[in-house]
Amino acid sequence: MTSNASVAKTNTRNKIHPHKFALWAACAGIVMMFASLTSAYLVRQAAGNWLEFRLPEIFFASTAAIVASSLTLHGSYLAFMRGNAGLYRGLMVATVILGLTFLVLQYEGWQALVDIGVPLKTNPSGDFIYVISGLHAAHVLGGIGVLTVALLHAFMLEYKVTANRKVRFELTLTYWHFVDALWVYLLVFFILSA
Amino acid sequence: MANAHVHPETQEERLIEEHGYDDHFHEHHHGDKFQSNFLTTYIFSQDHKIIARQFLITGMIWAIIGGLMSLVFRLQLGFPDESLAWLKPVLGKWITVSEAGVGTLSQEFYYALVTMHGTIIVFFVLTAGLSGTFSNLLIPLQVGARDMASPFLNMLSYWFFFLASVVMFASLFLSTGPFAGGWTAYPPLSALPQASDGSGTGMTLWIISLVFFVVSVLLGGINYITTVLNLRTKGMSMWRMPLTIWAFFVTAILGLLSFPVLASGFFLLMFDRGLGTSFYLSEIFIGGQALDHVGGSPILYQHLFWFLGHPEVYIIILPAMGIVSEVLSVHARKAIFGYKAMVYSILAIGFLSFIVWAHHMFMSGVNPFISNFFVIFTLIIAVPSAVKVFNWITTLYKGNIRFTAASLFAIGFVSMFISGGLTGIFLGNSAIDIQMHDTYFVVAHFHIVMGVAAFFGMFAGVYHWFPKMFGRFMNETLGKIHFWITMVGAYAIFWPMHYLGMAGVPRRYYRFDTFETFRHFAEMNKFITVAAVIVFAAQLLLVINFFYSIWKGKKMTNPNPWGASTLEWTTPINVGHGNWTGKIPAVQRWPYDYGKDGREFIPQIEPLKDGESDGGH
Repeated sequence: MTSNASVAKTNTRNKIHPHKFALWAACAGIVMMFASLTSAYLVRQAAGNWLEFRLPEIFFASTAAIVASSLTLHGSYLAFMRGNAGLYRGLMVATVILGLTFLVLQYEGWQALVDIGVPLKTNPSGDFIYVISGLHAAHVLGGIGVLTVALLHAFMLEYKVTANRKVRFELTLTYWHFVDALWVYLLVFFILSA
Repeated sequence: MANAHVHPETQEERLIEEHGYDDHFHEHHHGDKFQSNFLTTYIFSQDHKIIARQFLITGMIWAIIGGLMSLVFRLQLGFPDESLAWLKPVLGKWITVSEAGVGTLSQEFYYALVTMHGTIIVFFVLTAGLSGTFSNLLIPLQVGARDMASPFLNMLSYWFFFLASVVMFASLFLSTGPFAGGWTAYPPLSALPQASDGSGTGMTLWIISLVFFVVSVLLGGINYITTVLNLRTKGMSMWRMPLTIWAFFVTAILGLLSFPVLASGFFLLMFDRGLGTSFYLSEIFIGGQALDHVGGSPILYQHLFWFLGHPEVYIIILPAMGIVSEVLSVHARKAIFGYKAMVYSILAIGFLSFIVWAHHMFMSGVNPFISNFFVIFTLIIAVPSAVKVFNWITTLYKGNIRFTAASLFAIGFVSMFISGGLTGIFLGNSAIDIQMHDTYFVVAHFHIVMGVAAFFGMFAGVYHWFPKMFGRFMNETLGKIHFWITMVGAYAIFWPMHYLGMAGVPRRYYRFDTFETFRHFAEMNKFITVAAVIVFAAQLLLVINFFYSIWKGKKMTNPNPWGASTLEWTTPINVGHGNWTGKIPAVQRWPYDYGKDGREFIPQIEPLKDGESDGGH
């Protein structure tokens, strides 16, 4: 991997690193995926036979967790850049914990849906929540994988700000902010469309 | 090859050394480090040129499989009473041999063949085999980059395609047969495993295969877009990019924005299939049993499918258009006519492709007022398409045309695109579609405009860039024979289908001799089948020519055999990883300086002379 990073970099006279641009392009693809699912939600809703229910409040708690994790990761990045190795590592740990908390709370949210009588197969209105939030959780899980690598780097490598590590951190940061913002969009969508 | 200090021998090498951009590539030995043994050089290669060849050869294998399938169902349609017992050794239980020794094709398997033919040709051959091959080969070479932005993801892109291929191939051998509900996989046939034999495991493998395929397209597409936008060499402004690159670039954007939507559609389909949700399934009875699915909408799937499906046809045709523009200009020894109009029309087609999807659903119960909107945008696509056709013809006009196999196929593409495009205007009208939909008119239309035309673009590209890929030439005579049989034969297959369609002959039927109305078309169907067999046989000429020429073809001695001005011909004949042995060439002018100042062509790396204008590029 490292040598390929340099194939791209040595060739570059650009304002944006090619890998960062590629990540933004990937985000555009993911946005299309969720845009189509939320459109499908609206189309199906307009067709009637749509069960109305209140979104379990646990989803607000999970939202708080992922928003907080975005902030801690950003803090970790700033600490990394400013040379505060302790804070950088500490906030990185906090981010991974908050990220995992988000996933646990999402799972609790699905349980809460079952408890209020909307298990899977009840009505498409509930099924869409499972599908969309489940697909989002899968993307967060990918983010946890990336964060784990970042965590290993934070603790196993000697603290040093190199161009390569900076780019890698920024890629992690961008993706994590992205899945965070994506969830906030989805939550707002669920609330407004219900 | 890792020598940073090249002694320039040719004019091109001198120009690159003098004006080129030194990225210190060869001082790091990155290119060679990962090409150290057979496995990393030819199998898990990260070199875009090897990956291109992998895509091409895999695509060719699929084209042969998909083509053979069409021959089997054409035999069934052309000669419904003839015995197919001789196919028993290959198709096994799908051929039932009666006591009199007459073999009949299983009706279920007929649908499986039609379905697989469509899936294979649309996705595996004309998407992966076409844009996978040429985007990989040409983007880094023509924009002046060492490789893709992420060679590793690029390698993954091929291997996901390979995985998709393996899964789909395996599904052909299931005892219940591959999926048989049409390449569009509409529910309920695709959503209910008990709906038909192929809807069970066959459909499960189909969907797994296509999910891998979507991953492959996205990994490839992200790389293509990033490489075009970020890794262009010094002087290669967007307006100096060859039209091939513009086409691949817009194709990749279309793929990036539309394939995820298909994935969403599949995702909901998987829930319906596996977990019993009702996104697409409404009140439905199977074998007299009511299922507990309530209130789903099969139309929702069609919307999600065609939101990909329509851009998909441009994902297929745009790369062919790009290749044709380049090949026509090089072999007519003339600048492409209306370069900027060509670019704007690619962009316009790309944009319009996203707002016409419902023209595939006029007869699915879509609101007729909404249909009007889609009719108008569909017909507007004729405008940029006509601009392109006009420009190709004016490029040829008064050109000094070299009728090579490549340029013949490029000219053939223009002919096919006109013929097939005109029938698109019929089908784009929702009123005429009432008569035409689901008939052989549709089959004729899309086979000519995106099937045959895209194949022609691909053939033009293979003949033109074969020397770049393998350092040898393909046999020109065989190539020309291949062209003429294919050109005449393709019209012989698909032209008569228009008449069938106008008479209302429906597509996907197992046989027509059982219908009084269609019986008088029996001879025509025979004719089509015979033509199809001949055209398929002609394609074997290409396969033989291709593989023979890889090892035994005439060796290349001139690194720029066609006298083309683009960057890929400034690389050495045997190109290593990293593409240029020394510096990266710097670009000084646009890619179509042919017949300027009394010279046959001027390479892009040659600086403008004092007072020479680059025409606003």
